[in-house]
Amino acid sequence: MSIYINSSTKVLVQGITGSAGAFHAEQMLEYGTQIAGGITPGKGGQLFAGKVPIFNSVAEAVRTTKANATVIFVPALFAADAILEAVSAQIELVICITEGIPVLDMVKVKRAMQGSKSRLIGPNCPGVITPGACKIGIMPGFIHKPGHVGVVSRSGTLTYEAVFQLTNLGLGQSTCVGIGGDPVNGTSFLEVLEAFNNDPDTHAVVMIGEIGGNAEEEAAAFVKANMKKPVVGFIAGATAPEGRRMGHAGAVISGGKGTAKDKIAAFEEAGIKVAPTPAEIGITLKSVYG
Amino acid sequence: MKIHEYQAKEVLRQYGIKTLESRVCTTLDQVSSACNELGYPCVIKAQIHAGGRGKGGGVKLAKNKKEALLHGTAILGMQLVTPQTGPEGQPVNSVLVEQGCQIAKELYVGVLIDRDKNSVCLMASTEGGMDIEEVAVNHPEKILKVWVDPVAGLMPYQARQLAYGLNLSDDLSKKIVRFLLPLYSAFIDTDASLIEINPLVVTASNEVVALDAKIAFDDNALFRQSKIMAFQDPTQDDPREAMAQHHGLSYIALGGNIGCMVNGAGLAMATMDIIKHVGGEPANFLDVGGGATQEKVTEALKIILQDCSVKAVLINVFGGIAKCDVIATGVVAAVKELGLHVPLIVRLEGTNASKGKEILRQSGLSIIPADDLLDGAKKAVAAAAA
Repeated sequence: MSIYINSSTKVLVQGITGSAGAFHAEQMLEYGTQIAGGITPGKGGQLFAGKVPIFNSVAEAVRTTKANATVIFVPALFAADAILEAVSAQIELVICITEGIPVLDMVKVKRAMQGSKSRLIGPNCPGVITPGACKIGIMPGFIHKPGHVGVVSRSGTLTYEAVFQLTNLGLGQSTCVGIGGDPVNGTSFLEVLEAFNNDPDTHAVVMIGEIGGNAEEEAAAFVKANMKKPVVGFIAGATAPEGRRMGHAGAVISGGKGTAKDKIAAFEEAGIKVAPTPAEIGITLKSVYG
Repeated sequence: MKIHEYQAKEVLRQYGIKTLESRVCTTLDQVSSACNELGYPCVIKAQIHAGGRGKGGGVKLAKNKKEALLHGTAILGMQLVTPQTGPEGQPVNSVLVEQGCQIAKELYVGVLIDRDKNSVCLMASTEGGMDIEEVAVNHPEKILKVWVDPVAGLMPYQARQLAYGLNLSDDLSKKIVRFLLPLYSAFIDTDASLIEINPLVVTASNEVVALDAKIAFDDNALFRQSKIMAFQDPTQDDPREAMAQHHGLSYIALGGNIGCMVNGAGLAMATMDIIKHVGGEPANFLDVGGGATQEKVTEALKIILQDCSVKAVLINVFGGIAKCDVIATGVVAAVKELGLHVPLIVRLEGTNASKGKEILRQSGLSIIPADDLLDGAKKAVAAAAA
């Protein structure tokens, strides 16, 4: 068991003929992910890597392959279109890797997705991996190991750092979810925690937040009220100055809100043990589990 | 991206929003003739990309020509320090000379993206002219808010809801509604991330006028906002930050003495945090990006080394898409090109890490290798203190 994806997940790649899409489609195939097809309008009928069929539309790809997940690599300008095309084809899981999407485009996407059954993860995220079963995204597969720790994070490479620490301590992962660094995104910390809470194969959770917004506080309240499993955390950006965007569009302290201090306090108040440094995320998890 | 007040007002006027008569001036002669044209009293306002200008002495009322020249001389060319600039302040290369007006009431209006509600939020308050963040903390009930459905756009009933909430006369409420509707359009059309009109004033003759205007734009949307791009003023940016942006790097100067180069924003913040945790001070935030190339590494190192307070550099790379051997080759090339006068600590992990470490070892350069994040931070702090 795991959340969102497993060995039977069938994946489409939107933007499979672009440089990022092609590179990561190869990497996912190598990891063993079932890549059912790719989408590049105008290139329908061709094959990718000699075996993956390319379609002109997501709807056609879904009809033909019965895929239930898609990963988006199209440029920011076309990303909102790609997400909503996938949603309209009723794909269960839409993972958007693309970085730099205008926030007003995401506001429209969120509104248009109301009432749909699709779950959007990202944008501006590394994707989702269930180690040993399915990798959808750009994370290096080899640092992961199958196991029972759920990982959820707003960051990319900081997540790799945490996963690597876990793996080195012999602590495998059930599923790792990158929810992305944008201010308006598809799936929140809270929703991922809820999924981990309901997943019998996830025994403990690592949650990696950062400055900006209120999602960590919301997640902490959920943990306090509902979580049946130990959760440890880390918040990046304790040294970030107010009013500056720290790389991620969503990582900004504004009007004194969204500070690392407040988020750490919310975590501690909810019983989430916080790693004192990013080098101690694995050890902190080990101290409460395993 | 930020723009100047006079540019923000130019944008708003295109939407029929009233502002006072004004002139942008870059010389004292221009200030003098602008004051003569506009009459007295007039206001001379420093144009910089930061708020709190009045507190720093950047906004002055002139009742006659003598005062106008006095203030013009003082403000033009000054390095204006406000609570929102750094201690070094920002250069005032232009001033806005604006007609005076009789103020009956000062209001506040703001438009922003509410990330918790995934929608655009319009705010209005009777507490105009104040620090609105203080009002938000001490009197949150004094800030009225509506959230806009992106499909429907701002509806007149929502604008009325805000206008009536401000306890104004019927006539003024109508004027506020006619102000809010185009303000929302301006926000959407220009891909703004924040518009603040503080204060929005009601004049003695019952006009609703944007006395000040601040607009910031979504950097991610600038590719489709060529008119807004033309408003860019590089003199207001830290030159290192501007150079970083030019090379697709994300850099923020911080004031410590340990330069950092990291791939990924979250890990870059975490690296700064751990430096602080072990007793050091980061000189900067620098994200070379997930797919860091040799060229980017070289440019990044150049930018870091331009900061003469940097006493040691820590490179922390967790290879995912970025391969550590490529990064290592970039580091070696950059060091050979630039020469290195401060200790360089490098931590490589992830994709091709051992190949990368081997490249650094064989380079013959005095690069200090680090085993992990904590080790790297400790070595950097020790090297900077030595």
